Amino acid sequence: MRKRAFIFAAIFVLCLSFSLAQEKSPRIIAIKGAKIIPVVGEDIEEGIILIKEGKIDDVGKAVTIPADAQVIEAKGLFAYPGMIDSFSFLGLQEITAVRATVDSSETGRFNPQVRAVEALRPDSMHIPVARANGITAAVVIPTGGLISGQAGLIRLAGWTPDEMVVKNSVAMHIQFPSISRFRGREAQPREETSKQVEELRELLKKARSYQKIKEVAQKNTLLPLPEFDETLEFLIPVVNGQLPVIISVQADNDIKTAIKFAKDEKLRAILFGVTEGWKVAEEIKNSGIPVVFGSLYAMPSKWDDGYDAIYRNPGVLAKAGVKFAFSSSSASLAKDLPYHAAKAAAFGLDRREALKGVTIYPAQIFGVDEMMGSLEKGKKANIVLADGDILELRTNIKHVFIEGKDTKLSSIYEELLEKFKKRY
Amino acid sequence: MLRFFVLSSLAAFSCFSFGQNLLIKNGIILTVTKGTIPKGDVLIIGGIIKQIGENIPAPEGIKIIDATGKYVIPGIIDSHTHIALIGTNESSEPITPEVKMRDVLNAEDTSIYTALSGGVTMVHTMHGSANPIGGENIVLKMKWGKTSEEMIVHEALRTLKFALGENPKQANVAGMGTLRYPQSRMGVNAIIRRELSKAKNYMEQWDRYLRAKRSKNPPKNLTPPRKDLRMEQLADLLRGKMVARCHSYRADESLEFVSLSKEFGFKVACFEHIPEAFKITKELAAEGIGISIFLDSWAYKVEASEGIAYNAAYCTQKGILVSLNSDGGERIRRLFNDAAKAMKYGGLSEDEALKLVTINPAVQLGVDRIAGSLEVGKQGDIAIFNEHPLSAYTRCDMTIIEGDVYFDRAQYLKEREEMEKKKKEDELKKKGGKK
Repeated sequence: MRKRAFIFAAIFVLCLSFSLAQEKSPRIIAIKGAKIIPVVGEDIEEGIILIKEGKIDDVGKAVTIPADAQVIEAKGLFAYPGMIDSFSFLGLQEITAVRATVDSSETGRFNPQVRAVEALRPDSMHIPVARANGITAAVVIPTGGLISGQAGLIRLAGWTPDEMVVKNSVAMHIQFPSISRFRGREAQPREETSKQVEELRELLKKARSYQKIKEVAQKNTLLPLPEFDETLEFLIPVVNGQLPVIISVQADNDIKTAIKFAKDEKLRAILFGVTEGWKVAEEIKNSGIPVVFGSLYAMPSKWDDGYDAIYRNPGVLAKAGVKFAFSSSSASLAKDLPYHAAKAAAFGLDRREALKGVTIYPAQIFGVDEMMGSLEKGKKANIVLADGDILELRTNIKHVFIEGKDTKLSSIYEELLEKFKKRY
Repeated sequence: MLRFFVLSSLAAFSCFSFGQNLLIKNGIILTVTKGTIPKGDVLIIGGIIKQIGENIPAPEGIKIIDATGKYVIPGIIDSHTHIALIGTNESSEPITPEVKMRDVLNAEDTSIYTALSGGVTMVHTMHGSANPIGGENIVLKMKWGKTSEEMIVHEALRTLKFALGENPKQANVAGMGTLRYPQSRMGVNAIIRRELSKAKNYMEQWDRYLRAKRSKNPPKNLTPPRKDLRMEQLADLLRGKMVARCHSYRADESLEFVSLSKEFGFKVACFEHIPEAFKITKELAAEGIGISIFLDSWAYKVEASEGIAYNAAYCTQKGILVSLNSDGGERIRRLFNDAAKAMKYGGLSEDEALKLVTINPAVQLGVDRIAGSLEVGKQGDIAIFNEHPLSAYTRCDMTIIEGDVYFDRAQYLKEREEMEKKKKEDELKKKGGKK
């Protein structure tokens, strides 16, 4: 009896230490023997990655492993940087048909004040599923209206919103008025669209003068302060170029209008969607504006464009010299991010470029390439160990480190399966 | 412009239509049921596979397709979709078995071409899920450019659509005026039982009438029962001339339907979508009921919130006949991608994964004698991929039905190039005109 109690106690302690191990990483972790694909720089056969204090302390072939390091034997595996989903609803949508579980969209046309990260649900069932497929960060984004709100950057680990948020605000989302009929959206008359674009311009103009009045009032405390204006207040970082703008736009003509709009208004723009980008590749290239592609699980809106228009679009834009990133545009299928990149590769995009489109390019586009997007010394240790190419459907992910932490790779998928396996 | 392109595509088919005889040379042949030939040929004569092997001598004058380094697989079969139809749901009433998809075929639906571009040669195109008892579905081959009559696969089983759960009870329909019975899973079950009971009664009425008519002394004033097309369809189901294909999500509602099928004695061929199949593998396997599912599309409604990606592989391993379906005109072109995911989530072998989109749906539709694998004697329905069809980097390059090439990427690229050239020329002319 006492023996049994002892065994239980031992198991309990073991479990406890195991769960603690999941939480508290050892001081130094050494990943040894994997083929390292740093994405930036040459691949390293059987290399070593040292992780210290959540960061990549060293990476290479001739790296000395400290005696007190926890060594992870990774021979035969491949080490990649964690993937970044550049347009995601992770933590904002749970079950899309149930309004109560959807927090990705506000009512009204101008909502620059809303922040996606403030609706973030850290224990969304979709987050572990995505993480287990090698996705370590996501740009979560509000939609709806003309100005939808602020997108934030999250890491796919943490118990609270605070623990998950990397950046509260990485971009303002503008859903650009469209003159083209597009995927379910009714075509609207050209005048209506121009009117809406004018409205946007007018609003930005107001934000500029609001900012100016505030600045003047700040310098001279005898002057009256302007009335607080929520909309204009949150557009200040946009008009002064601090905060980039994600402009959702699909059709060729709309893309051209959006580029002109961004240029005139001196916005730091990122285009999103851009399904007809291949028609205006030169214009996009010349604008210097980067592009985030939407889900490639879509059909071209026009039969004339050819059946593969959505699939070949990234390859065409890449060849033209446009900086790009891929996105899942989803919560429940955020895990599929790598397959959008692979699909583009099947239709003309260089495979290495496809990989960059889910790692270093999104990091650059969102201004976080100092901390993520590649396996380089000094960056956060977001590392994926896989038994093959991470863009491949059949590849199994073995470890996902997020800022040095070896995260849990099971999700509701495994929990439910195990539960019902017990039936028999 | 659209019409121009459609017509030009149609015209193009007559150019690259090779007729019924075809020799595919030097491909990596994945027969799915009879192993892999690393470098082999497939000979099709009169639309039927005559020979599969190495170095098949080319009959004189036969069209030859060089598949060197490419993957040759049986045409993909989609066990559940709604393409090539003018309508999907007759939702004015909850009980509509008299409705037939056969009557609303649309041979000009561009989704047929989309299907071909993803290697799909055959689909089971179905009534929607608005009604507890929907309409009769139909199996088609994706013969783009042919008439709807020519697309019908007459060898297939006759199937009747049923639907359970959120859709027939209208759980996600916002702002409906009057609520339609049923509004609960109780009602859905009850209304199906009601209709099947009526059908039984109807059959009995006819049996009695015919018995009386055939008797030595038929009663005077013997009048036949009123003919009822709705009841005729259900009678066909109860007589085994049709099988049920039942849209279901939850494990419990599916088991209730199994009970109904036993109560009334009809065959359930397949549960559709059923994300919770992994919870009741024992029951499904024991009843010999197949499932036609998404690999991982989930959480779009409450009853889909436990749709784990292991469902396909786990159910396969438990002896259930599993197929992967598109349910529409987009996923249909990447069913081979879904098949590959069943290797990652649950560890199926390559052949097992490919079976999910070839021979398994063929069995479910009763067409495994003519399609679903590369075997001598089956129809020459074939898809050719540039890389292994289970790789994320693969692309379908050619789709062949009964020896006829219906999709040819090389041809498509050529056409597109010509069209773009023409477009540029037109633009130049326009600019020139302005000057």
